[in-house]
Amino acid sequence: MDLRYTPEEIAFRDDLRRFFREKVPAEIRRKVAEGRHLDKEDIVTSQRILNAAGLATPNWPVEWGGKDWSPVQRYLFTEELQRAAVPLPLQFNVFMVGPVIAAFGSEEQKRKFLPATANLDIWWCQGFSEPGAGSDLASLKTRAEKRDGKYVVSGQKAWTTLGQHADWIFCLVRTDREAKKQRGISFLLIDMKSPGITVRPVITIDGAHEVNEVFFDEVEVPAENLVGEENRGWDYAKFLLANERTGIARIGLSKQRLARAKRLAQETEAGGRTLWEDTDFRRRVAEIEVGLKALEITQMRVVANQRHRDADKPDPASSILKIKGSELQQATTELLLEVAGPYALPAPEHDRPEGWNEPAVSPEWADAAAPLYLNYRKVSIYGGSNEIQRNIIAKAFLGL
Amino acid sequence: MDFDLTEEQRLLKESIDRFAADNARDPAAHSAASDLWPQLAELGVLALPFAEEDGGIGGGAVETMIVMEAIGRALITEPYLPTVVLGGGFLRMGGTAEQRAEFIPQVAEGSLKLAFAQLEKGSRYDLHDVSTTARREGGDFVLDGRKGVVLGGDEAGLLVVTARTAGARRDREGITLFLVDGDAPGVSRQGSPSQHGGRVAEIAFDGVRVPAGRVLGEVDGGLSLAERVVDVALAALCADSLGAMEELHRMTVDYLRTRQQFGVSIGSFQALQHRAADMLVAVEQARSMAVYAAMMAEEPDARERRAAIAAAKAQVNRSGRLVGQEAVQLHGGIAVTWEYKAGHFFKRLTANDMLFGDTDHHLRAVMADGGLVHEI
Ligand SMILES: Cc1cc2nc3c(=O)[nH]c(=O)nc-3n(C[C@H](O)[C@H](O)[C@H](O)COP(=O)(O)OP(=O)(O)OC[C@H]3O[C@@H](n4cnc5c(N)ncnc54)[C@H](O)[C@@H]3O)c2cc1C
Repeated sequence: MDLRYTPEEIAFRDDLRRFFREKVPAEIRRKVAEGRHLDKEDIVTSQRILNAAGLATPNWPVEWGGKDWSPVQRYLFTEELQRAAVPLPLQFNVFMVGPVIAAFGSEEQKRKFLPATANLDIWWCQGFSEPGAGSDLASLKTRAEKRDGKYVVSGQKAWTTLGQHADWIFCLVRTDREAKKQRGISFLLIDMKSPGITVRPVITIDGAHEVNEVFFDEVEVPAENLVGEENRGWDYAKFLLANERTGIARIGLSKQRLARAKRLAQETEAGGRTLWEDTDFRRRVAEIEVGLKALEITQMRVVANQRHRDADKPDPASSILKIKGSELQQATTELLLEVAGPYALPAPEHDRPEGWNEPAVSPEWADAAAPLYLNYRKVSIYGGSNEIQRNIIAKAFLGL
Repeated sequence: MDFDLTEEQRLLKESIDRFAADNARDPAAHSAASDLWPQLAELGVLALPFAEEDGGIGGGAVETMIVMEAIGRALITEPYLPTVVLGGGFLRMGGTAEQRAEFIPQVAEGSLKLAFAQLEKGSRYDLHDVSTTARREGGDFVLDGRKGVVLGGDEAGLLVVTARTAGARRDREGITLFLVDGDAPGVSRQGSPSQHGGRVAEIAFDGVRVPAGRVLGEVDGGLSLAERVVDVALAALCADSLGAMEELHRMTVDYLRTRQQFGVSIGSFQALQHRAADMLVAVEQARSMAVYAAMMAEEPDARERRAAIAAAKAQVNRSGRLVGQEAVQLHGGIAVTWEYKAGHFFKRLTANDMLFGDTDHHLRAVMADGGLVHEI
């Protein structure tokens, strides 16, 4: 047992640290650090910088631009990326559809999609959930009927994150209505410009346009856009969701937010001293830090054990990472809100009168604190809610 | 011991509850909300806390609680708290006969809105942390300084402003309260929407001339009045949060009954049942403390009053945090959308939590004088 990194690992980490800070524009990283919304340009710019250096898709197979890294290197990469407040490479491309196409797609699909997906020349969105199919994803109703060598898709997807920017959507659709729930589902790639698709924005409580509803009205999809075999989509989706969950702990992100909250607390006056000098506050920070450290070591144990794991045995690890990781992400946003305190009340959309140049009473960063806190309630809901994760632990692992 | 409402209070509750139900705000509706102020005036609730001889109805903190609970439940965003509870509280508890005669009838009939301009850069939750200055010039005072996050500050016709007439930034002595016209020369305001659903403003005072007749209460001795009024406002805020929590809990339980996943209503999952039950426990703890706050809001013994109000705010904050977060979680994704009302209650509770003191601040205040429980 040894927690220390080897000199090679430290050099690897330091190279990344330097790269992220020197190459990814500071303005983009500032937005991430402050928890502000990124526009499409920011995400594309950042991912292309990573891709040019071969760093956008390290988790992919080597022949498609992946890296032959050790688990520790993979861990360090994620950690450093998040600590440097570099936008995460677009999840839908890099952790979802990319690995699925690489593992189950045809050669032609790989050639057509993978390089463009890595470089974010194609922006993907995820069309899994529906209004009636949330936690119970397998009850999805959007259907695809084979007609004249094409699929004709009708139905509605919900919660399509950043669908407003998307060129393509990967969907779970029902291709066999007779089969048992999970059996009749297929994995289809659909061009968002196809006639019959409508995207409706859904505004979230922080006032942002982050999610959408996508409607399909008799949308024709070439049969070659089916991934793998017909009616095997559920297996590919499970593969995809397992990938999603291991990336979901976001420990580096929580560390970055926590470190920032500590600095801001040192700059925040409270009761004739700084908030940082308040022992109640410091105790709460300590509790979060202890939880984060425990999760970090858990994550490292998972990483280190990947070599001996029996792939068929249920692994509670991804559920543990999801539950604790989301709770800690929420705890850090809550802490930041506490630091902002009453100064967080004004919403960001100021209507500043012409010529108003008074120094603000609220610190400049404070208006992002409440939106971030409100928005982050999502992390215990999506990617398989924390209740569903507990069900998985109880059933698949504890055998209850 | 008696927790029953009097006949008159019951009638008030019936009418305000009916009004609130008819006018419940739906932030999801894209049409601009109609202004409820004239109707609130007509109902008489703008006159509620003022003495009859001043043109009011003579209601107390229990009546205010009844109204605020309804306002919270219906997510009403009109500036009742800043105008009637805070501003009105200053006028009725600190105003001279002339000041009361000049302003209270206008508030009661709905033609004048008020705001309390108090928070400054770095003052956070301390009412006595005041840097805005007021110096004498002839018979007048001249104000200079900046205030922020002033509830209803951009639409108020009259501002109650804390300013320093003596002493250093955090001295308890030397604070004076002023009544300042919202559009007096030297006052500039920048409004913005607020997370609680209403509006807040930053206000700059640059050489604002205020006649001596607009001093509210004693020169240099304004703090204790400000503390009394803020305690009344805290009690009202507890009721607002209570109303929001009740409705949010009701919506959540309804949703658990109707939302189907895995072929059953999600309310059939015991994991969720227990959490809905814990939410109810939290709502009832909050209700008890909102009632306690109403009963203690005008307690003359400042120490007893402070500890009681602080305890109430701490409990209501705790309950509000739990109920808000759990309501969102138990709903799933729908509750993080603007189009669905639950998220707006969550926002309201989140904002109320930070108004006039967060949980830590009030827990400290509970213990400042030894706490609530003593050996007998
Ligand atoms: C901001 C955001 C972005 C999203 N982005 C995407 C996206 O890009 N693409 C996509 O396909 N989906 C996306 N989702 C959808 C997300 O995956 C679903 O919200 C999630 O699966 C939960 O479904 P639901 O919201 O319908 O809640 P429901 O499934 O209705 O759940 C409601 C409540 O019931 C609980 N519950 C459900 N079943 C059980 C059970 N068996 N036992 C105990 N408790 C249970 C849940 O935990 C939750 O508390 C997004 C969601 C959000 C909020």
